[in-house]
Order: sequence, then C-alpha cells, then structure tokens
Amino acid sequence: MTDKLPEIRNYVFNFGPQHPAAHGVLRLILEVDGETVVKADPHVGLLHRATEKLAESKPYIHTIGYMDRLDYVSMMCNEHGYVLAMEKLLGIAAPVRARYIRVMFDEITRILNHLLWLGAHALDIGAMTLLLYAFREREDLLDCYEAVSGSRMHATYYRPGGVYRDLPDKMPQYKPSPWHNQKEVARWNANREGSLLDFIWDFTERFPKHVDEYETLLTDNRIWKQRTVGIGVLTPERAMALGCTGPILRGSGVAWDLRKKQPYEVYDQLDFDIPVGKTGDCYDRYLVRMEELRQSNHLIRQCVEWLRKNPGPVMIEDNKIAPPKRTDMKVSMEAMIHHFKLMTEGLCLPQGEAYAAIEHPKGEFGVYLVSDGANKPYRMKIRAAGFPHLAALDELIRGHMIADVVAVLSSLDIVFGEIDR
Amino acid sequence: MADLHFLQEETNKNFGDWIQRSEIANDELTLEVDRHFLRNLCFMLRDKPKYAFQTLIDVCGVDYLQYGCSEWQTESTTRTGFGRGMKGDFSEVASQWTKPRFAVVYHLLSLENNHRIRLRAFVDDEQPALDSVVDIWPAANWFEREAFDLFGILFKGHPDLRRILTDYGFIGHPFRKDFPLIGNIEVRYDAKLKRVVYEPVSIEPRILEPKVIRHDNRYTGEKSGD
Repeated sequence: MTDKLPEIRNYVFNFGPQHPAAHGVLRLILEVDGETVVKADPHVGLLHRATEKLAESKPYIHTIGYMDRLDYVSMMCNEHGYVLAMEKLLGIAAPVRARYIRVMFDEITRILNHLLWLGAHALDIGAMTLLLYAFREREDLLDCYEAVSGSRMHATYYRPGGVYRDLPDKMPQYKPSPWHNQKEVARWNANREGSLLDFIWDFTERFPKHVDEYETLLTDNRIWKQRTVGIGVLTPERAMALGCTGPILRGSGVAWDLRKKQPYEVYDQLDFDIPVGKTGDCYDRYLVRMEELRQSNHLIRQCVEWLRKNPGPVMIEDNKIAPPKRTDMKVSMEAMIHHFKLMTEGLCLPQGEAYAAIEHPKGEFGVYLVSDGANKPYRMKIRAAGFPHLAALDELIRGHMIADVVAVLSSLDIVFGEIDR
Repeated sequence: MADLHFLQEETNKNFGDWIQRSEIANDELTLEVDRHFLRNLCFMLRDKPKYAFQTLIDVCGVDYLQYGCSEWQTESTTRTGFGRGMKGDFSEVASQWTKPRFAVVYHLLSLENNHRIRLRAFVDDEQPALDSVVDIWPAANWFEREAFDLFGILFKGHPDLRRILTDYGFIGHPFRKDFPLIGNIEVRYDAKLKRVVYEPVSIEPRILEPKVIRHDNRYTGEKSGD
C-alpha cells in the first residue's frame, strides 16, 4: 500500500460539433476541474466555404447572393455591407427611397435576428415556449422578405445603386385548399388585403405587445435571472480590447452604435435610442437586445410613414451600373448593349480599396474590398461581427460552471455562417 | 467623424520615419508602415489620447501576386472570343506590381475620437513574417491565426499560431493567388473501405467569366443619387 495521494488531473472533453447548444457546428474543447471550466478552446471552420476566395473568381454582382449565406439569420444586412463597399469605390449613392427601403429592411432583419437569438437563447437555458412565440413573429417578417424579393431567406435584394425593385403594391395572399377552408384562409388574409407597407404597419402595431409577452416570461423570471445575472461579465475596457461590437459592447455599457456615430443611409434623419447595459453580464446583453427590438420597431414605423408619402426611383439611372429596363431594351440599341455588357462581363470597379461597415444585428459587419480595376474583386475580406466575439469566449467562461458555458455562448449570438465564412 | 487630414498631418509629423506612404482615398486614411516599426506605431496609436485606437477591427492578409492581371485583353477590338468554361492559364497581362507580394492590413477604430485608420505592412516575399500585435490588442489573436492559415504569414510573438479555418491536417495556404480555387485534395466516403478517403481533385480548374480590367474611368465624375 502506498500512502501517496492519487494524482488528480483536469478532465478534457469535446462540446459539439454536433450539440444542440453549439449553434451550428462549434467544436469546443473544454478543460474542466470538476464542474468548473478552466480553459475553453473553440475549434471553428467546420463550415468554411471560402466565400472570399469564391468572390475573387466571379463578377461583383454574383457575390451578393453569397452574402445572404454568411450570417443566415440576418441576410439583408450582410448584403448591405457588401453593397455599401461597392458604392464607396464607385463613388455613387442610392436614391433616397432606396435608402429608406434598405433601412426598413435592415431593421426588419434586426428583429428577425434578435427573435431567433431570443428563442435559441431561451431554449438553451431551458425556456422552451419562447422559441415557438419567436417563430410565430418571424413568420410574418419572412413573408415580407418573400413579398419583396421572392425568397424567404436568401433575398439577394440589395444592388449597388439601389435595390432590385420597388415594394409591391399587393401582399400575396393565402389560397383555400382541401386542408384549409375559405373561412380559415380569410382570417389569415385579414391583414394582407393592402400593400406590403400596410402589412408591415400592421405588424408594427402588434409587435410591441409581443415583446411585452416575452418580457413577462423572462425579465423578472427567477430562474432566468439565476442563470444569467452575473454570468459572463465583460468590462467595457476588455470589450473594446477584444474587438467586441454591437449588443455585446453596448451590454458592457459603451454607447457605441454605428447608426448614430457614423451614420450611413438615412439613420441620421430617424429618431431612435441606443440601449446600454450596466454590468456586461448575460442578463444585460439580453435586456439590450430586448430594447433593440422595440427601437427597431419604432424605426420601421418611421420608414413606412416616409415610404408611403414619397414615391420615386429605387435604383440609380446610370446604365453603366444598373441594368436598363426591359421595355427600353426592346426599343433602344444602347440599352441592349448595356444589358449585354452588364450581364456577361459585369461592372468594373475603379482601382483602389474601401472598407464599409454597418451596424449589423450582431455588431460591426464590414467588407474590405481591394480592386485592381477589374470586374471581379481582387481581394474581399469580410469582417464578421461574431468572429471576435467567439474569440472572447475563452476569457468569458473561465471559472464558470459547465452549464454556464451554454448561457454565455448563446448570449454572444454566434452564427457559424459568418464566423467560418 | 474626426478630420482625416488632421490625422494624416499628425501621423506624418510624429511618425514620419516609420511611415512609407500615407494616403486618403474614399474618405479613408491608409498608412503604409515599415514592418520593423509596426509595433511602435501600434503602441502609439493605441495609447496617445489624440489617436486612442482602443479597438482593432480587423487584420487581413492580401496577396498581390496577380494584381492587375487580366484574363482577357479587350482594350481595343479583339479577334478572339472567350468561351465559357475555359481551361488553363489565361493571364494575358502580366502584373505591374512592384511592391512585395504579401501585405497585412489592419483596420483600427477609436470609439473615443470616432475615427478609423488603416495600416498596411508589406512583408518579405520569401519568409512572410511580421511581429504580432496580440499583446497590444487581444482581438488580434484569431485574426492573425486566420491570416497565417489562409496566407501563410507568420506572426512573431503570437502565443498560439495554429490553423483556424481550414481542416485538421490541411496542406497549403488556400487564399494565396497561386492556390487553385478548386483546391488540391477532395474528400469522399468510400463504401468499400467504409471510411472517408482523401484523393487528388478529379476536376480541372475552369474560368467561367473572364476577368477584364478597364481603365477608361467610366465612373469618375458620375455622382448620382437623391
């Protein structure tokens, strides 16, 4: 018999890549001492598709569709960053109506993103119901996507110089089928009688009450607070040093929002507030996002009011950038040639480089374009908002319990489409 | 947004020896930094209150190997067409690039002063290596790993320089311009062997739309909108 104490070593195990709380494909190598996390090493790249390299091989316009597939829960915002970078290099600006449409859809996207985040975050912590509620509201907004672009998720709606087309005057309606009778369908169609703007307006009337419902379920919920208050605290200094942006940075108490500080499109003409947290824990990040839902709703209403009153072009007239109208092509040789050149060769961007950033629902989403004057980007770098956030995970969860890993991870709002690119 | 010209003057005045070129284009200030002084400059930009760049937004590698190369020469009337799905090497114009092949580009942001700056440091062609800035901005950790993974640029002093986005055991640096778009290795499940096998790619690289460069300045002076 030996009287030496047995050697105790930390236990290392895999979290993911196939784990419901891993938000896609995250392989997290956790080193634990009992229940306490000593070190976390995220392995990313399982969804790496080399979007940037693919973009270098095809004309600029083709890449807009790839942008949707980066952060696949905030599709149009990704397009926006890319399109802004192109516009910056071209030295053009979209017509003002197109800018309002972009802002409106950016805010719709923000609600889409935050709702999915809220549902998934609550589900990770153990509140099942909220996911179902969140998807109920998401459905209406995805219908808006479909009405305007024909696609529920991967819209490919923004273009350099504007948006693909104007808002539709009629909202598509449900049709009766052997499974759904006339009466049922009439109830669904009640708010779809008017235009898309009427439908969105109706949504914004209902939505604040829904946010109240979510808050009733969570904000003062004792279990919710036990799981989130004081968990994953990030000080403002560390948040800045770690490159955090968006709701994470604001949750730590830094009032930084590109929509206010470096306004793009028409944000400087709209009225909204920036919510800020106090302690920088998971609960504060939750509160910040809840308030952003309300602010986005407020912004959408302002855009709808403006868009109702101000018709106009949604695409610049310059046919070197925007394709000519179908009707013009039937009668004008010039339009025909423009169309042919744009569709086969695409547009050439002037030599140079540009970085355009937007306030994406997850933080600062930037696109850095290097052009050598060709019809394809020479180098495109996507600055994904979630990338530095996930890099900060190790620091955030050291010393926490294993169960808190899930709470912290989902409070960062991670989507692998954009992190792995 | 703070005045970029003021920032340009200040940086030129104070760090003139470290900066090779400074340029304002598209409302953005770019400094080309001598790589030996990159860390000194970064410390200054972070700590001096008039710059106060507390946040590193992005680090990315750029490979200038084929800068200015086009696949189809169409400046004047061309006698040859360009069919879809062309195979082989179609670089008709050689690159005019005279600077080193690799560069690392840093985007910095100051929340306090609300301004941005871009730094570019060229690295040696043979041994692409640069000092790491991880101890200045911890955010650089993963960004530098990414640049190492995709371009093979080494960062001296990085605590944990591993691949990040590519597969375990990946060979090569995929974002270099001489790395084929379709890759070198393909992966499939072999039903007979009952495991995943790695093989050389079975497809050939093709060009669908040729890269064309036009210097006719079609867009200069055409500011539209509103």
